[in-house]
Amino acid sequence: MGSRASSLLREEDIEEIKKETGFSHSQITRLYSRFHSLDKGENGALSREDFQRIPELAINPLGDRIINAFFSEGDDQVNFRGFMRTLAHFRPVEDNEKNKDPNIEPLNSRNNKLLFAFRLYDLDRDDKISRDELLQVLRMMVGVNISDEQLGSIADRTIQEADTNGDLCISFNEFIKVLEKVDVEQKMSIRFLH
Amino acid sequence: MECVWAVVVPVLQVFSALLLLLMLPAMFGLSSITETYMKLLIKTLEWATLKIQTSKREEVMKQSNSYGLIQRDDSSLEKEIGELRGNRPRSAVGGAFAFSDVFYFSRKGIESIVEDEVTQRFSSEELVSWNLLTRTNNNFHYVSLRLSVLWGVGVIVRYGILLPLRIMLACIGLSWLVIGTTVVGFLPNSRLKDWLSELVHIMCYRICARGLSATIHYHNRENKPRKGGICVANHTSPIDVVILANDGGYAMVGQVHGGLMGVVQRAMVRACPHIWFERAEMKDRHLVTQRLKDHINDKNKLPILIFPEGTCINNTSVMMFKKGSFEIGGTIYPVAIKYDPLFGDAFWNSGKYSMVSYLLRMMTSWAIVCNVWYLPPMTQQEEEDAVQFANRVKSLIARQGGLVDLSWDGGLKRAKVKDTFKQEQQKMYSSMVVGDDSSN
Repeated sequence: MGSRASSLLREEDIEEIKKETGFSHSQITRLYSRFHSLDKGENGALSREDFQRIPELAINPLGDRIINAFFSEGDDQVNFRGFMRTLAHFRPVEDNEKNKDPNIEPLNSRNNKLLFAFRLYDLDRDDKISRDELLQVLRMMVGVNISDEQLGSIADRTIQEADTNGDLCISFNEFIKVLEKVDVEQKMSIRFLH
Repeated sequence: MECVWAVVVPVLQVFSALLLLLMLPAMFGLSSITETYMKLLIKTLEWATLKIQTSKREEVMKQSNSYGLIQRDDSSLEKEIGELRGNRPRSAVGGAFAFSDVFYFSRKGIESIVEDEVTQRFSSEELVSWNLLTRTNNNFHYVSLRLSVLWGVGVIVRYGILLPLRIMLACIGLSWLVIGTTVVGFLPNSRLKDWLSELVHIMCYRICARGLSATIHYHNRENKPRKGGICVANHTSPIDVVILANDGGYAMVGQVHGGLMGVVQRAMVRACPHIWFERAEMKDRHLVTQRLKDHINDKNKLPILIFPEGTCINNTSVMMFKKGSFEIGGTIYPVAIKYDPLFGDAFWNSGKYSMVSYLLRMMTSWAIVCNVWYLPPMTQQEEEDAVQFANRVKSLIARQGGLVDLSWDGGLKRAKVKDTFKQEQQKMYSSMVVGDDSSN
């Protein structure tokens, strides 16, 4: 019930999350009630099934990969802190935040947004996208509609174009290079209200 | 012992007096006490709202007043991905793909995690202002001493006075129904029987409605469902039935239940032809349709009442109408029901609460206030199939009730999405990759 949901979130926690993610106080409390309503097990953490219950996410071809981005390796639960940390990647970049503290890179920086996308492809988390990984992700996106052959040639060409050191894999640096001209800041942002 | 009786007896006397005062007018469709109560209630809640507004900082009000966490732009896959790829030339052989294509899916995915159209319809709606019931909202806490005292008084009134009264009313209403319909059931089929049966039903529902302190505003009564038709309405709670039946007789359609519901159902069917199905029969769509068809072909029978969403939605939207009810033929009488959430949350979250605890929550709310709009009768048009017809009716109901018109299936409350929806998305994306000429 409502009153319990907000009492679990202490003021100190909100402050810390605010610092770490850049979300405002009211955004945090409201995302907390969203978190709470997704948490069907009512144990203060979300499982993969909790995410899969969102129909719009379940029909997203990359839904499973996106859900995976919330879980650190080996974990099958994500708490509110972790939930917020992942969401923070999608905060728009605001001008006054750009050079706030040069030592700490905000979660919603261009680099971190790109890293989020990179990790969708990097299935085994070895910081490289291999041809095989790319093929698997492509298959998730297109389903049964495109032949293995055709998909293979798309993967080959994509790797060829992006691979600068000839190891037939895409590193994060090569990934950044390919997407140099894309407006990542805008395309990987969600308009959170106040 | 004696002093206990000295307290109990007068309390009982007061209660029975109140009961009579409430019930007798209710049986004949009159009301006086309820109206006074409603006026008092509205005044109190207005005062409380004012109190919250003045004592809380602006920031908090702003947060509770707004709906929605994010603003979505609903640009299509084609447009988005086209933009992402910029003017990269699309090579003729092998198709087009860019690493940035995942941006579109990630954004959509994260958006749906923050806020989605479906799951939030299956939990209680958020209120703009606190209504002095603890359970309804996240954003309201301690405001002032006077408000807390008021809340405390509210608890005592709701649990100490309203609840016992309402339980008694509900019991009387239901026993009246069982006894009344059983007696009427013994009469030979005649006009008199129909008339008496309708009378018994309506009296019961009116008493039950009092038991929930229901204040119902009916609009456009000239469009009330007539005999031989099908009434379709949006579904928020099991008490929708009580709400609608307060203003006219309906033939119910449903599954045979056991327990208390079973007793009531068996009694009701004796007096008036409701349509109850055994669980196994329910699966046989053909049989169901046939029995409904037979019912509406008999112009003397009451209109059938159907909730085509098949599940309760939280009073903010209308979800997919199952096409079954629209395949029967005959005239459809659409009805929009919208509860006023300020006085109590009427939504039955069946995953969370059992029927009994739901009814208890209802009976400890302030009141049930709702609007019922009768919409002009509709029939299927020639070029329309059942699904299109269902959608047309649904969007009219949504518009009239001020509800969001959704095409998602309410069955998602329990079941997972069908894979075909994902396949559609994949297909759409595939055509972006290989182009529309991929078929050859």
